[in-house]
Amino acid sequence: MIRGSFYILFFYFLGEMLSKLIGGFIPGSVLGMVLLFLSLYFKIVKPESVKDVATSITKNMAVFFVPAGVGLMVYARLVSESLAAILIAIAGSTVLTIITVALVQENFEKRRAKNKEVKE
Amino acid sequence: MNDFLDNIRPYLSTEVFLLALVLGAFYLGIIIYQKTKITLLQPLLTAMVIIIPFLLITDIDYQTFYQNTRILNFMLGPSVVALGYVLYEQIGHIKGNVVSILTAVFTGSVVGIASVVLIAKVLGADKMLMASLAPKSVTTPIAISLAEQTGGVPALAAAFVVICGIFGGLVGPIVLRRIGIKSKIAKGLAMGSASHALGTARAMEMGALEGAISGLAIGIMGIMTALLIPFAENLF
Repeated sequence: MIRGSFYILFFYFLGEMLSKLIGGFIPGSVLGMVLLFLSLYFKIVKPESVKDVATSITKNMAVFFVPAGVGLMVYARLVSESLAAILIAIAGSTVLTIITVALVQENFEKRRAKNKEVKE
Repeated sequence: MNDFLDNIRPYLSTEVFLLALVLGAFYLGIIIYQKTKITLLQPLLTAMVIIIPFLLITDIDYQTFYQNTRILNFMLGPSVVALGYVLYEQIGHIKGNVVSILTAVFTGSVVGIASVVLIAKVLGADKMLMASLAPKSVTTPIAISLAEQTGGVPALAAAFVVICGIFGGLVGPIVLRRIGIKSKIAKGLAMGSASHALGTARAMEMGALEGAISGLAIGIMGIMTALLIPFAENLF
């Protein structure tokens, strides 16, 4: 528990430092994720040491969004003035993004499966 | 009634009460979601529907609420870092998919940014609104800095990220079923690319592989979007 939390905060901190170094356009948490992954992959950190903490906090991620979500109340007026445009744009674009990403990835996988069949 | 509220407000404005309120409301949300299985009744939405009116009625301002619950907001960072472990667990499934994953997320990022900006433009949104909308699919800390870069409002960008996350989490699984996606990697990748950590929370429900890939997608999408946003400015 303590060891796992320490490792996660340690890599978060390293990520934040690295983020500052490159001008901040990739957030520290994302860089921390990559660093933690690499440390596990190259066996610098034992997987058992972070397993419990990592599993429990990633399983319940949505609860960490509550403070930001409640923040919508502050922008209620600003948002409600252009509500229809905002919602249509977000909804349409989100669906398009989901479809694009899923289709591109699935087609890659199908093509590779077909190539395998041909070879065999 | 007002006297009563004035008397108890100091107790309601404390860290311990507001944190308990958030966790209690979210827990209630989980119970409702598990009992009804209605996709719209996401615990996050239930919690918001309970907490926002509560704050309005008790006249506790958002700043006070945010200050006292900031530990939860802070946890967004470590939870993204922890996805590194989930990814490591699933690494076997990613091997051989690196090129397709990068291509898929890059295409998704282009489509996502261009479509949200263009739809908003057609519907009469101004530059400030478009700049705040453009980074909607990435995780909050990235979205805020990107919106700032291009003349958007950070707080609005954060709000749009949440709306996009809730919406994608809701309809994502339905859309994926509709278009007949079978690949677990494709499903996870789509959820994380379109709806960041909230999409990932839903992808986690689909399975560990979907969740891990979705977590990976948050990172890649964040990086791709950061690189693409400067070009998106030409669309405004």
